[in-house]
Amino acid sequence: MRTADALAGGFPDLSGMRLARQAHRQRWLAVAAILVVLAAIGRAFANGQIEWSYVSRFLTAKVILEGIVNTMVMALLAMALGIVLGVVVAVMRLSPNPVLKSVAAGYTWLFRGTPLILQLLLWFNLALIFPTIGIPGLWSARAVDVMTPFLSALLGLGINQGAYTSEVMRAGMLSVDVGQYEAAQAIGMGRLQALRRIILPQAMRVVIPPLGNEFIGMVKATSLASVIQYPELLHNAENIYYANSRVIELLIVAGLWYLLVVSILTPLQMLLERRFARGSQQIAR
Amino acid sequence: MTKPLIAIRSVSKNFGEFQALNRVSLDVRTGEVLCLIGASGSGKTTLLRCINQLTFIDSGGIWLDGELLGLREEGARLHRLSAQQIAGQRLKTGMVFQRFNLFPHKTALENITEGPVQVQGRKREDARAEAMELLRRVGLAAKADAYPAQLSGGQQQRVAIARALAMKPMLMLFDEPTSALDPELVGEVLAVMKELARSGMTMMVVTHELGFAREVADTVVYMDHGAIVESGPAAEVLGAPREVRTRSFLSAVI
Repeated sequence: MRTADALAGGFPDLSGMRLARQAHRQRWLAVAAILVVLAAIGRAFANGQIEWSYVSRFLTAKVILEGIVNTMVMALLAMALGIVLGVVVAVMRLSPNPVLKSVAAGYTWLFRGTPLILQLLLWFNLALIFPTIGIPGLWSARAVDVMTPFLSALLGLGINQGAYTSEVMRAGMLSVDVGQYEAAQAIGMGRLQALRRIILPQAMRVVIPPLGNEFIGMVKATSLASVIQYPELLHNAENIYYANSRVIELLIVAGLWYLLVVSILTPLQMLLERRFARGSQQIAR
Repeated sequence: MTKPLIAIRSVSKNFGEFQALNRVSLDVRTGEVLCLIGASGSGKTTLLRCINQLTFIDSGGIWLDGELLGLREEGARLHRLSAQQIAGQRLKTGMVFQRFNLFPHKTALENITEGPVQVQGRKREDARAEAMELLRRVGLAAKADAYPAQLSGGQQQRVAIARALAMKPMLMLFDEPTSALDPELVGEVLAVMKELARSGMTMMVVTHELGFAREVADTVVYMDHGAIVESGPAAEVLGAPREVRTRSFLSAVI
């Protein structure tokens, strides 16, 4: 290596100079254009046939608040059912047993292959084909009494969600290195124990972003349960506008609540991601 | 002659067309340190994985401590053992992998206590105390609460050795334990293995570290194309090999 005095001359010393700020002229132009468009849309709505007083009055109406609670209860329960089913089906799908594999594949095929609203209507109208349901000799009941809007919506949404969640879970489990499974086996773990203790916790890190996405979808999918009389947010908003004909105002009320709920869920998802990023260098940001 | 701890008899294993093991027979005595050497694809790793039943043999038999592995004789036929029985047999062997395979979501200490607590049902406090003792033995007591990602490759492999030892195995299997390490980290892992060998542990080591084999191994086995070409005392096989193939392999490696 050459020493400093032996280096070639003619190159100025840059070490003391500061970097100039960039102008970003296009960004300011874009901001201005967006503001103009937003102002135009805002003006159109302000001058349109919307009675904003109705929006603010019904935003906190008791029926609407009850609707929100029912929406959240249904979204949480159906998602819980979906995750339980999804994990079980994903484990079956990845098992070496061909019978379990086929059952899992058939489930996913059936419930992903038909529209959710159709499944909800089928559950709700189950009484048409099975007037009484139960376990022969032990218990039976009239299907109309059992298949309430609540139970129909829970089964319809949860079982459908399970079909999608199983694929998310399967992808997560496949993302874990096969060496992890071998290491678990080497310390004497069986298949299910290795899945529960070693594979699934690592898969969680991968599946939480898509599951958060699925849950946000679920919050909005509960609105489909309005067709089977489940009193969630949209259903209650509809009931109000059937009476007072303020259709757009009440749809705006419902829309604002959905937006608020989803906005709260996003940071919650980040907290969960941090929790499962334990031991990973790539900390969720 | 005393009964060997491991008796391998006419074991063959094919992966499709590829013959990974071709009628391999081998004995390992209690307390013996045996190094398996050979080119990649020669079957040495497969042989190790068959002993730990991560791979199932096609034919032949492996006996560990007098017990046939993975199979049961009944009515002149062989029956495969249940997954649970196989898991039980695996407890007698400890395995150290080339790529460490530590559980990344658990600390060094939790990696070591996982098997004793979850599989053997031992008390958490006892398992922790023993795990700390093992971490001291591999020189990593200070890293008990570190996650694998915070450890160097050499440190991870030492934790992996401690994790295998925590199950109190009769036999330790090492599958190229230093091949994935930066050169300057190989020594610390080999030092732990030497200490283990001195303590009387029975060890089977697949390795490319001929220096380690020469210094520590009682027996060296040279494999090629799924078969054992030559085996004997380390000094003989490495110093004065009888077979031409062994000689050419050694001259290529050194």
